[in-house]
Amino acid sequence: MSKRIEVRDLDVYYGTFRAVEGVTLTIEPRTVTAFIGPSGCGKSTFIRTLNRMHEVIPGARVDGEVLIDGNNLYGPGVDPVLVRRQVGMVFQRPNPFPTMSIRENVLAGVRLNNTRMPKQEADELVEKSLMGANLWNEVKDRLDKPGSGLSGGQQQRLCIARTIAVSPEVILMDEPCSALDPISTLAIEDLIEELKTEYTIVIVTHNMQQASRVSDKTAFFNIEGTGKPGKLIEYDDTTTIFSNPSVKATEDYVSGKFG
Amino acid sequence: MTTGTQAPRVIANSYTAGKLPRWTPWAVLAVALVVSLGAAAIMGSPEGEFNWILGIIGGVVLFVFANWLLSRLVEGARQATNRLITSLVTGAFVLALIPLIWLTLTVVVNGLPTFLNGTFLSQSMRNVVGEGGGALHAIVGTLLITGLAAVISIPVGLMTAIYLVEYGTGRLAKGITFFVDVMTGIPSIVAGLATYAVFALIFGEGVRMGFAGSVALSILMIPVVVRSSEEIIRLVPNELREASYALGVPKWRTIAKVVLPTSIAGITTGIMLSISRVIGETAPLLIVAGFTASMNYNPFSERMMSLPVFVYTQYVSPGTDAQFYFDRSWAGALTLILIVALLNAIARIVSHYFSPKTGR
Ligand SMILES: Nc1ncnc2c1ncn2[C@@H]1O[C@H](COP(=O)(O)OP(=O)(O)OP(=O)(O)O)[C@@H](O)[C@H]1O
Ligand SMILES: [Mg+2]
Repeated sequence: MSKRIEVRDLDVYYGTFRAVEGVTLTIEPRTVTAFIGPSGCGKSTFIRTLNRMHEVIPGARVDGEVLIDGNNLYGPGVDPVLVRRQVGMVFQRPNPFPTMSIRENVLAGVRLNNTRMPKQEADELVEKSLMGANLWNEVKDRLDKPGSGLSGGQQQRLCIARTIAVSPEVILMDEPCSALDPISTLAIEDLIEELKTEYTIVIVTHNMQQASRVSDKTAFFNIEGTGKPGKLIEYDDTTTIFSNPSVKATEDYVSGKFG
Repeated sequence: MTTGTQAPRVIANSYTAGKLPRWTPWAVLAVALVVSLGAAAIMGSPEGEFNWILGIIGGVVLFVFANWLLSRLVEGARQATNRLITSLVTGAFVLALIPLIWLTLTVVVNGLPTFLNGTFLSQSMRNVVGEGGGALHAIVGTLLITGLAAVISIPVGLMTAIYLVEYGTGRLAKGITFFVDVMTGIPSIVAGLATYAVFALIFGEGVRMGFAGSVALSILMIPVVVRSSEEIIRLVPNELREASYALGVPKWRTIAKVVLPTSIAGITTGIMLSISRVIGETAPLLIVAGFTASMNYNPFSERMMSLPVFVYTQYVSPGTDAQFYFDRSWAGALTLILIVALLNAIARIVSHYFSPKTGR
């Protein structure tokens, strides 16, 4: 169910501004990879190129290759819609659909794609996804209430449930816990631990403890100065990055000397 | 311990300030009105009659000043300014309300008796001179013509708006925006003449039909639909579109199932405004749909009456007994207002049921 991601010499642009330069890395299936780095270094920009979400911004484009199990996402004739069905994404700010109930939000990926699904099966999917996102017990009595009536943390878990309901192969998370309290954060970290058995997970975080708790590998991005492109500085096992990094900048960043 | 009883000290709270009781403005207003009306009554107008309008205006001006002065003396400069601005803003609101209430009252008072006379809503004007007759043909005509105009304008306008927000980039979008803006300013009589010119080319000189009226109204309606829908669709947060894309939903389905449902309330309101804008149009219909005293259910042939034109013709060409014609004119105006009010009520209900739900 999960896939290997290979990125080869990727440059990412907003119009003429090069936001990320020369990233090459390989993400193994069924692992959690954390992206860390100072604000503005291009983590969000880079993670959005992994499911072709980058190009929805006018003028945005990409140079280089991203291979998922050997298929180049930026090859000719690739349909971004098919890519996104395989590579799900959870955003920094929870964004449930305001017109839909909790149940409809979970089923959104199925319903919006017009897939017919018998009620029985839909009920099971809703329960399984909400269980998977650690939200079932909190919302099982009000599945028909609007999703926007949940707390921020609950909304974020609803968005995760919505993402896993379409059973993608890869899940990208851009600072999924930045708006959450420690308890919801722990719930989501536990969830990532469980999801890891089935999915390849990439997570952006500003929280060093979180990166060291949940991830197998860590990529450190940095930027030389404003207007300069962000670069991948070091990519290694999480334990190595946090205990014995080979680049001085990484050591400074993870030990809190700058950033 | 030899301390004697200490007198309790009153400590002034440093956040307090002088404060007038809540009812002060009303009391000031009442006094100001009494004083001013009294003065007006004593002095009288040059013609020697009691000029109550001047009295009220004077009273209001006096109130604004007295209220400010009183507050300034008791509460200080900041509160006084606050009260002054409150008076001005409230005054502007009341001023805007006066014509509205006056208009509604006049139309109801003048139009209601004829409106309820039994024949007004059930008969046309065929073979009627003087009393009786009705506006059924005009009501049917207005509903048909405006309905067809809506059928043309809503899809065209809505899709243009979607194009501008979701797809449009570069020159074409700029061009469309420019022409929509120009179209917004077209005088309605020009729309009527242009439509007549086109229909005359196809059907020959002197053509009159309800459908031509619908086309003329569409020219006026489309830009309003485009503009209002565009503004509303732009308000839908990008995050929702991205959430939908991230689930592997294609763009057009994202628009149809996420963007439009999220903005449906605003779009409905905009469409209703555009209908209200054209339903009272007289000039273009006078040219291309003409006027008639008989019923015509077919918008694709022959002249067709509409309510604004009915109001106009009843007023400008009263027959033998003019009062009946004037009464019918007022009743026609009342009908028009009622139709618009009804449409607005429906729009409210629609947007209430479809708009995004919040709360638990
Ligand atoms: N839509 C956009 N248009 C143009 N430039 C952008 C856009 N979004 C981001 N950028 C620029 O790209 C660079 C990288 O931004 P990005 O959002 O990827 O940073 P980040 O590492 O995610 O930061 P943070 O940790 O604050 O989320 C920044 O210089 C930013 O100004
Ligand atoms: Mg970011």
